[in-house]
Amino acid sequence: MSAILEVSALCKSFGGLQVARSIDLNVEQGERHLLIGPNGAGKTTLFNLISGDLTASSGSISLMGHKVTRSSTAVRAQLGLARTYQILTLFGRDNLLHNVKLALLGKSAMRWRQWGAFDTEQTLSTRAMQVLDSVGLSGKAHLPLEQTSYGEKRRLEIAMALAQNPQVLLLDEPLAGLSSEERDTIIALLGLIDKGITILMIEHDMEVALAFADRITLLHDGEVITTGTRREVVDDPRTKEIYLGH
Amino acid sequence: MKRAAYAALLVLLFSLPWWIGGVYYVNLASQILIAALFAMSLNLLVGYAGLTSLGHAGYLGLSAYTSSWLMVNLGWGHLASASAALAGTTLMAAMFGLIALRATGISFLMITLALGQILWGVAYRWAGVTGGDNGISGLTRPSPFGLDLGNPNYFYFFSLTVFLLVWGLIAVWVASPFGASIRGTKDQPRRMSALGFNVWLIRWTTFIASGFLGAVAGLMYVYYQQFISPHSLSLANSAEMLLMVIAGGPGTLSGPVVGAALVVLLKNVASDYIDRWVMLLGFVFIFIVMFVPGGIVAGIARLGSSSMLLRKLRGTKPDLQPGAGHAGNAP
Repeated sequence: MSAILEVSALCKSFGGLQVARSIDLNVEQGERHLLIGPNGAGKTTLFNLISGDLTASSGSISLMGHKVTRSSTAVRAQLGLARTYQILTLFGRDNLLHNVKLALLGKSAMRWRQWGAFDTEQTLSTRAMQVLDSVGLSGKAHLPLEQTSYGEKRRLEIAMALAQNPQVLLLDEPLAGLSSEERDTIIALLGLIDKGITILMIEHDMEVALAFADRITLLHDGEVITTGTRREVVDDPRTKEIYLGH
Repeated sequence: MKRAAYAALLVLLFSLPWWIGGVYYVNLASQILIAALFAMSLNLLVGYAGLTSLGHAGYLGLSAYTSSWLMVNLGWGHLASASAALAGTTLMAAMFGLIALRATGISFLMITLALGQILWGVAYRWAGVTGGDNGISGLTRPSPFGLDLGNPNYFYFFSLTVFLLVWGLIAVWVASPFGASIRGTKDQPRRMSALGFNVWLIRWTTFIASGFLGAVAGLMYVYYQQFISPHSLSLANSAEMLLMVIAGGPGTLSGPVVGAALVVLLKNVASDYIDRWVMLLGFVFIFIVMFVPGGIVAGIARLGSSSMLLRKLRGTKPDLQPGAGHAGNAP
């Protein structure tokens, strides 16, 4: 296996506040990699640095062999990076189908087309319905987003990321704020994601997260404390001290 | 039903000079169409891209000054001067976009305000070229296909044709995949970037298109007025156009037209009866902002939805169209 995502000596500061301290992270092709750490550890900041929402102060990021440290978010997305957000970032005035069609449009040459009605465009609609079907939302495709539950919105976030046909998928707390029933649905959904897609996930539910992950990285105060297999990280006394609290 | 309503509206518009009751009102209709053209161009930025500009009158003025100066001083024909005005203003919009789009929100607003004020200052102070406060006068109207646009009816039909062309162009553009991405950058710019869209480029393209259509409005303005002065580029003019968009309904096709009609009618009709008509205009805007925050068009749409709901509750069967109320199909 080869590293599809390589983060090397990555630093980020906001003035005097250092939020990422020389982070090294290698994620292999097809791997399920979990990022854990207490609140404020810098997990979402690392996601934002990898996706391009934040620009690194120093260090480097490689995605599928391409140096993307200074590339825009859009360029990284075109290379095959997709992500979900901890705080839902959806198109709230539109229906579910429109949301997924926009996700498909982003990587289609059609995005520059200045004519023809987007709402009735058939190729994207057909594909979007397939994507919605894969997350169990095809029956609600034409519902305005505001008429859907929080769990359905979470599923839509994942559907939009999958619609981008990603090589690397960043999932930022996909189970946050869900009921146990909704969690089961999302967990089942995550299990169905193509094994060829590399997943880097932040999740606080340790039971679910540990069952899901091939390897785990523990972050604390913007630093990587340890990386390894589930057993290695869980058995590491630093993990117990920092994260598990015993 | 919708098509029948549009057809009826077209018949009304094209027969307007025969039923409106006088040249004064025909000219008023022409003014509304020109103001609507300008408001529609601004609506691309404000309503669809979510970029509120306070310098848009600069494009109207620049286009009007360029064509006037070329005609009066160099003796250029209407077609050549209009083409140069459109090209020059669009180029200026492209350059202004490079500067203004370094920011968003209130910072974008302030940069556009500053750029608009620079153009106003040039028009006001560079008297050797622009005529300063006196402006440029002595212009003639073009004669497309031999029609004398000095005739108010013909000028109205000319304005209506240009208006419908621009309206159709905008309708097609905002409904297109690119139009969907423009709306996306307004709602969730961060998500749009993560989806692979070049948000800056989408905004810049919209900025340029908006400037081009502002230039078209500038040409119509100067053809109607046959005079151009620094007032046309003023902050007051930019603000008035912005109010048209906000009052009518930003992000809708018909909102700026309704807003333009409201402002032009208030200016021209109410001012005949009320000395302090600007105050009345202010009250109207306060009323709209407080009670119809999405603008008049959105308010009417909500009223329609409420009435349908009432009919439903009373057990009657409303005439529902499949897909009606879809968020992407703004009126």
